[in-house]
Amino acid sequence: METLLPLLLIVAKSLLLIILGLTAIAYYLLADRKIWAAVMLRKGPNVVGPWGIWQSFADMIKFMVKEPIIPTTANKGVFMIAPLVTAALALSAWAVIPVNDGWAIANLNVGILYIFAISSLGVYGIIMGGWASNSKYPFLSALRSAAQMVSYEVSIGFVIITVLLCAGSLNLNDIVKAQDTQWGMLGWYWLPLFPMFVIFFISALAETNRPPFDLVEAESELVAGFMVEYSSAPYLLFMLGEYVAIITMCALLVILFCGGWLPPFHNEYLDQVPGVIWFVLKLTWFFFLFAMVKAFVPRYRYDQLMRLGWKVFLPLSLAAVILVAGVLQFAGFAAQ
Amino acid sequence: MQITAAIKSLFLKEFFGAFFLAFRYMLKPKPTINYPHEKNPQSPRYRGEHALRRYPNGEERCIACKLCEAICPAQAITIEAEPRGNDGTRRTTRYDIDMVKCIYCGFCQEACPVDAIVEGPNAEFATETREELYYDKQRLLDNGAMWEREIARNIAADAPYR
Repeated sequence: METLLPLLLIVAKSLLLIILGLTAIAYYLLADRKIWAAVMLRKGPNVVGPWGIWQSFADMIKFMVKEPIIPTTANKGVFMIAPLVTAALALSAWAVIPVNDGWAIANLNVGILYIFAISSLGVYGIIMGGWASNSKYPFLSALRSAAQMVSYEVSIGFVIITVLLCAGSLNLNDIVKAQDTQWGMLGWYWLPLFPMFVIFFISALAETNRPPFDLVEAESELVAGFMVEYSSAPYLLFMLGEYVAIITMCALLVILFCGGWLPPFHNEYLDQVPGVIWFVLKLTWFFFLFAMVKAFVPRYRYDQLMRLGWKVFLPLSLAAVILVAGVLQFAGFAAQ
Repeated sequence: MQITAAIKSLFLKEFFGAFFLAFRYMLKPKPTINYPHEKNPQSPRYRGEHALRRYPNGEERCIACKLCEAICPAQAITIEAEPRGNDGTRRTTRYDIDMVKCIYCGFCQEACPVDAIVEGPNAEFATETREELYYDKQRLLDNGAMWEREIARNIAADAPYR
């Protein structure tokens, strides 16, 4: 009984997070489409329910009741596992993300490493899907995605190291607490580490295959990339995994650079607001930025993408690691 | 020159400019029409579904002169005519329009000396089969009966410009 109860508690927490998370994803997806449409002077989905609020659920039902088509030449096992891998890995990253002080399913001491590992594994779903489809476009797309994710993961790694040096901890909860200073939002890491913040944001776009770095599924070249041969529920899982990954990256931006659940300033009113609300507000702001970028930035060419990753971001972030480490060491701010 | 370009790209000048431009566009009113519920205004000269009209006393206008058949660039109109039994006037026994061939140029309407064949304001006559789009005389006369009010109004509105 003593061992069973904590286990049940964790299962209950996970279920709650998945249900709330997936509902939120449905509305973030709708918001994405609405923002994108609004910038293009369209209205976006507005037929299913008032302002189209049931659109994502209607889409979900449509995908679930459609017939999944498996190409005869595809490797069926890997073909069906690939979307599961993508969606499951994307969701599992949320196990360590604290939405409020201590509100994480697993308060890991190496939380940031866990997230880094999970998001690196995410590329496997795409490679498996692209290879198992046994078709030209998905295969090219899988190759591109592997190269792209590897390139940008390097600079994301260095950016995270600068944050870790400042915070002195690998625990996501402690990283947020380290930003809790008397300067309020000016003490969060986005200001002292501003170049790193920008690099992380752009790398996050590339890491989640969002425009302008969506070469993996560039419509004009590769039709739908690794998703060409997918339909119905497997396709739904791929889309779900993609959007969960985007939300995870937004959450990482909030935690590493924008003080997680902390209010912008400490005073008696702002401290009354629950931390979750601050967290979700910041998350939504970053998602809005992601959606806006999708609307107004043209797609990069592949060699430009590689140039930006290896020749601009990598040296910049490497130099920043050395600079930050030096400043911390010689100015005496180094964490104990 | 190179230095200013480098500074501009380092501080993402065009990126921020594009962001605020996109933001302004996001708040603009949207020109989208919710089509089945809202419709755009229509000109009186709109060339939609064909109709054969009648005079107010119920006599059909068409006198089977076959000018529309002659001018039709798509050869979509087929007319057969003979004197009518009771009064010997020249009338059509067959007046078919192949709506699939028709290019909606409006020449039949222009050629008609008695305003019998007209293109009405209706554009929503999609069908499930091709056969339903081979309109015969009865179908066209029924269209005329259904749309007479709108057609008469449109012809009156356009009359000063003819």
